[in-house]
Amino acid sequence: MDPIRKFDLKAIIACILIYAVVQGLIAVEVIGPFWELNIVLICINIILAVSLNLINGYTGQFSIGHAGFMAVGAYTGAVITVKLGLPFALGLVVATISAGLLGFLIGLPTLRLDGDYLAIATLGLGEIIRICILNIDYVGGASGLMGIPRFTNFTVAFWLMIAIIFFIKNFKNSAPGRCCLAIRENEIAADTMGINTTKYKVMAFTLGASFAGTAGCLFSHYFFLAHPATFTFMKSFDILTMVVLGGLGSMTGSICGATLLTFISAYLSDFPEWRMVIYSVTMIVLMLRRPQGLFGSEELSRKMFRLGGRQNG
Amino acid sequence: MDTFFGQLCQQLINGISLGSIYALIALGYTMIYGIIKLINFAHGDIYMLGAYLGFFATTALGLSFFPAIIFAMVGAALAGIIIERVAYRPMRNAPRIAILITAIGVSFFLEYTMILFVSPQPRTFPSIFAATVYNMGPLVMNSQQLVILISAIILMTVLTYIVNKTKAGKAMRAVSFDADAARLMGIDIDRVISTTFALGSALAAAGGVLVGVYYNSIDPLMGMMPGLKAFVAAVLGGIGIIPGAMIGGIILGVVEALVSGFISSTFRDAAAFAILILILLYKPTGLLGKNVREKV
Repeated sequence: MDPIRKFDLKAIIACILIYAVVQGLIAVEVIGPFWELNIVLICINIILAVSLNLINGYTGQFSIGHAGFMAVGAYTGAVITVKLGLPFALGLVVATISAGLLGFLIGLPTLRLDGDYLAIATLGLGEIIRICILNIDYVGGASGLMGIPRFTNFTVAFWLMIAIIFFIKNFKNSAPGRCCLAIRENEIAADTMGINTTKYKVMAFTLGASFAGTAGCLFSHYFFLAHPATFTFMKSFDILTMVVLGGLGSMTGSICGATLLTFISAYLSDFPEWRMVIYSVTMIVLMLRRPQGLFGSEELSRKMFRLGGRQNG
Repeated sequence: MDTFFGQLCQQLINGISLGSIYALIALGYTMIYGIIKLINFAHGDIYMLGAYLGFFATTALGLSFFPAIIFAMVGAALAGIIIERVAYRPMRNAPRIAILITAIGVSFFLEYTMILFVSPQPRTFPSIFAATVYNMGPLVMNSQQLVILISAIILMTVLTYIVNKTKAGKAMRAVSFDADAARLMGIDIDRVISTTFALGSALAAAGGVLVGVYYNSIDPLMGMMPGLKAFVAAVLGGIGIIPGAMIGGIILGVVEALVSGFISSTFRDAAAFAILILILLYKPTGLLGKNVREKV
């Protein structure tokens, strides 16, 4: 068998095993409601982190407005299920498509910018999305949209996460994905080689935005409400921190970063007044000690350990 | 028609006094960006720190307005130097995004350490002035707005003098123009960067005290939004350009006042960001910026 297919098969088996173990532990109540909540939150955060990594890490377009797309997904999903009474699956699909559509519309003009300017523009757009939602009375305005049924559970969140991870992994290895990587390495060179840079930048941005929408829909259907104060730029920074912590351009890095940060903030929830102080110090120290993130742009693999071992030895 | 015009002028007065505070914060942003190309997200929190130092000086030490603002500026300048020394200097050669994350971390650290010490509840800033209201025909201007405007003008004049006429200012301009060449000319870059942080932080602290005087209320998270908006102001005027930050701040303040006066105050923040997007799309170098072509 083709080695990539063989790897995928192994990965899928590993996923099934992880799923079975965690689901089993939840079923026999070794994992209580608090940690179950955090596990679902980890799945959602991983979706957010890998989708942002697609934009920031693979394509090198520095976006920090991810919470805006998450908000769009959260609200459109909730409108479908609560206001229109349609099934959750449809809500997920519509949330994904609408966030993607918005990402496309926003990406088309803004992706002409680069570096810090793009960052600050996406930050501003994220806030504009949130303020617009805040002013729509149909979805509850400033008090948020309440009474959303809890349709998200571990199974849904986990398998959607796996599907999105596989999609992004395969996207990276596809021809358009390689164009994105080329743009990250050197945009002018990529342009000279005949790559339509705008097309691929917008493509990555749209995909990233739509997955953020999926995550938002999962989020609002787990926490019973969609509130505009959830989706401030603080949320965007959170997601960005997960990605950078793991290492920009590393899929496994994003996954580890999201898991680690969610765990840290869950552990620290017992000391609410110290929580953000410790969180911020962790962030600063990690960046000072390891500015390229935990994994750099490498993937977590056996080869990495071998290399690490040789360097240490 | 007359009332419309009256309200327009009234909003202009409000906007200019608010805008001069944005300008003070934006100056720090623009100087720091100009010199180390860092969006210092912690700058808004330095402004918050300044407001609290001013609060402390007036309530606990019983100082009057003028010594209080000096106290706040000196305190914030020290904080700025320490932050740069501890968090940013070790990362001089790190990837840009890592420094940005560090800045976000510093911002969170300042906000939540402050909450730890002074509780998240807003404090009432003591009213230092008798609130005199000046009526100029249909227009109203109170003494706070006047003080804000005058202080801002004085501070900006002093800054312009420092940057343009003194040796330290010359060194700052040199480093911001070409850091490597400046180093070859014997300029101690680290010291120049420290000076820049001190100056920028002092201005932000002055802005913080003025806001405390204006709104009578301060809280540990007060710096987040004004911090971002001041950055918008800096980009609007052309980042790295000092007069640009002043103009950008005033324009932003006026637009916000007009939007909250004529449309709705909930769209105030959106207006600021909408300006940002428009300016970035049509003139990314800002109002006073020159176009730079990218070379291969």
